[in-house]
Amino acid sequence: MSGARRMARAGIGGDPLSWAVLGALALAAAGTEISAGAAAPVSVYLLLMAGGLAGLARLDPRAAAPLLIAGAGAAAAALVAGLPAPGTAGLPFWAAVAGVWLLAWAGVTRLSAIARLPLAGRLVAPFVFGLTLLWLWEVCTRAGGVPSVILPPPSAIAARFVVSTHILWVDFVQTFVKGALSGYAIGCGAAIILAVAVDRSGFLKRGLLPVGNFLAALPIVGTAPIMVMWFGFDWQSKSAVVVAMVFFPMLVNTVQGLSASEAMQRDQMHTWSASYWQSLRYLRLPAALPFIFNGLKICTTLALIGAIVAEFFGSPTRGMGFRISTEVGRLALDMVWAEITVAALAGSAFYGVVAAVERWATFWHPSQRPR
Amino acid sequence: MMARVLPVLAVVGVLVAIWYAAAVSMNAPWSRDQAQRAGTELSRAELVTDTLSQRRPRLPAPHQVAQELWNSTWVEEVHGRRGIVNTGTLSNRSLIYHGWITLSATLLGFAFGTGLGIVIAVAIVHSRAMDLSVMPWVIASQTIPILALAPMIIVVMAAVGLTGLVPKAIISTYLSFFPVTVGMVAGLRSPGAMQFDLLRTYSASGLQAFVMLRLPASMPYLFASLKVAIAAALIGAIVGELPTGAVAGLGARLLAGSYFGQTLQIWSALFAAAILAAAMIGLVGLVQRVVLARMGFGR
Repeated sequence: MSGARRMARAGIGGDPLSWAVLGALALAAAGTEISAGAAAPVSVYLLLMAGGLAGLARLDPRAAAPLLIAGAGAAAAALVAGLPAPGTAGLPFWAAVAGVWLLAWAGVTRLSAIARLPLAGRLVAPFVFGLTLLWLWEVCTRAGGVPSVILPPPSAIAARFVVSTHILWVDFVQTFVKGALSGYAIGCGAAIILAVAVDRSGFLKRGLLPVGNFLAALPIVGTAPIMVMWFGFDWQSKSAVVVAMVFFPMLVNTVQGLSASEAMQRDQMHTWSASYWQSLRYLRLPAALPFIFNGLKICTTLALIGAIVAEFFGSPTRGMGFRISTEVGRLALDMVWAEITVAALAGSAFYGVVAAVERWATFWHPSQRPR
Repeated sequence: MMARVLPVLAVVGVLVAIWYAAAVSMNAPWSRDQAQRAGTELSRAELVTDTLSQRRPRLPAPHQVAQELWNSTWVEEVHGRRGIVNTGTLSNRSLIYHGWITLSATLLGFAFGTGLGIVIAVAIVHSRAMDLSVMPWVIASQTIPILALAPMIIVVMAAVGLTGLVPKAIISTYLSFFPVTVGMVAGLRSPGAMQFDLLRTYSASGLQAFVMLRLPASMPYLFASLKVAIAAALIGAIVGELPTGAVAGLGARLLAGSYFGQTLQIWSALFAAAILAAAMIGLVGLVQRVVLARMGFGR
């Protein structure tokens, strides 16, 4: 594709987003005449002006993208530094907020117009998007005067997170390490063993697959009150809920995986007069690994959900679910959000670890090969 | 046909047998305890019948759960003092009433979630900027236990003045829109380059390519994710009923049952939820089969 056409595709020259940024500026200027509310710092408007004009200039996307994103970042920082008192912000201020958001979006649009973007560049776009959301949240809650019992700003959540790390750690150990991890290991282990046992009988397999598929789709998290009744308030009942939740998805995936090897491959094992265990060890288990890891990845989220929701039905005075439900009752929403942050980090890290092990164990599979 | 049904029946039979055995062994200590207090000795047959007919067993037997389901639906509504036959409105002690409350929140949330998921998927497929910046978050959000947000959403909504159906539907919405988005993005991208080239030789516009190629090609993916989404929406609605303090809905029945140790109530609510889930997934599957057959898939 020629350079001119690439530029035309990126919409440079008549770029609507850059015009929108300048439009937001014009709105801000008009707003000082209309409404009496507070405005953003002058530097924000200057940065927006520069960014909007740079967006209109016929720049190569490689130059324009970092310029616009950096400009939006600087304007966003200047805006947060000079936030007006809650509830006093007027039209010029909100126009500036919209302008910063549009400028960031214009930057990401330029970024996505670059052909053959390197990996680092690909990571910038979601990063900018996430930061923009956090920034909008911060600005809207603080300048808009949203009461913290409804939605605390991210800065308040971060401050709460930092001062209560010891509580968060105790809750994390109780819910994740004791409840979720133990249940995950027991449930997935039992499901894999049962799947291997069932695999020898075609009859059982045909019966178990539909039943397992059916049970996997049911709201098994509802067994939580029963488990709490049977196993008490402590982590054992959470672990039991997790076992019940992860068992059937894991079973179904493993049973499907064990029949993933092809008839030709099984015949080959047969001609080498491999025993049942040898063909399991060298053919069918490796062939099942992609399915098994798919199940293991699905179950990471299920395990955490099960452990947290089970605590809503009764728990000792620690644990993520316990903390969330009690702090919601006390309207300490910053603590609730801090706990949710921990849950999100733990969930992503858990998933990431399983995905990394998968990449290590099934490096030969087409889905893992570098593209 | 028989070759497919028989193994399933066998597995279900084994599960029920295990259940009965577990019921006997888990309820036996209480029966023995009662007999000892009364100063009597239980024979083995008496012990078994007693364990399967306790009022608040540790594990109710299957027939007790079925009985309770029947009592709290048909019997309660037709013969009960507060039933629909006597009062014209559903009894607040019947599972039909509670199931309907949960079902309405589920369906509302499912409809919102599906709509939102499709819109986001279309935006992601048509804008590279959206694809680069939003798609990673959609995938990452699958690894987060979003259900933990449920109590907060309910309480915050109540503080703003929203109670009842809508907060639960919001939880169902965000649980059901992720699978739809991921499935639809895959589906809208499923047509091959050759097919797009063909449309280009016909000088089809972008909209025509979307309506005639992308949308029909995405249908199998859409239905597969709809099944996941509706199950997730039901879980969202049930969990959304927990923090409201056991007012109405299947989740509230679960919570109330666990407060008062009414195991039969818990199990019947659990089975009502399971039946609801199975019915909805079955319905989606039926629509899927009819629609895909009429569109010519699988031929």
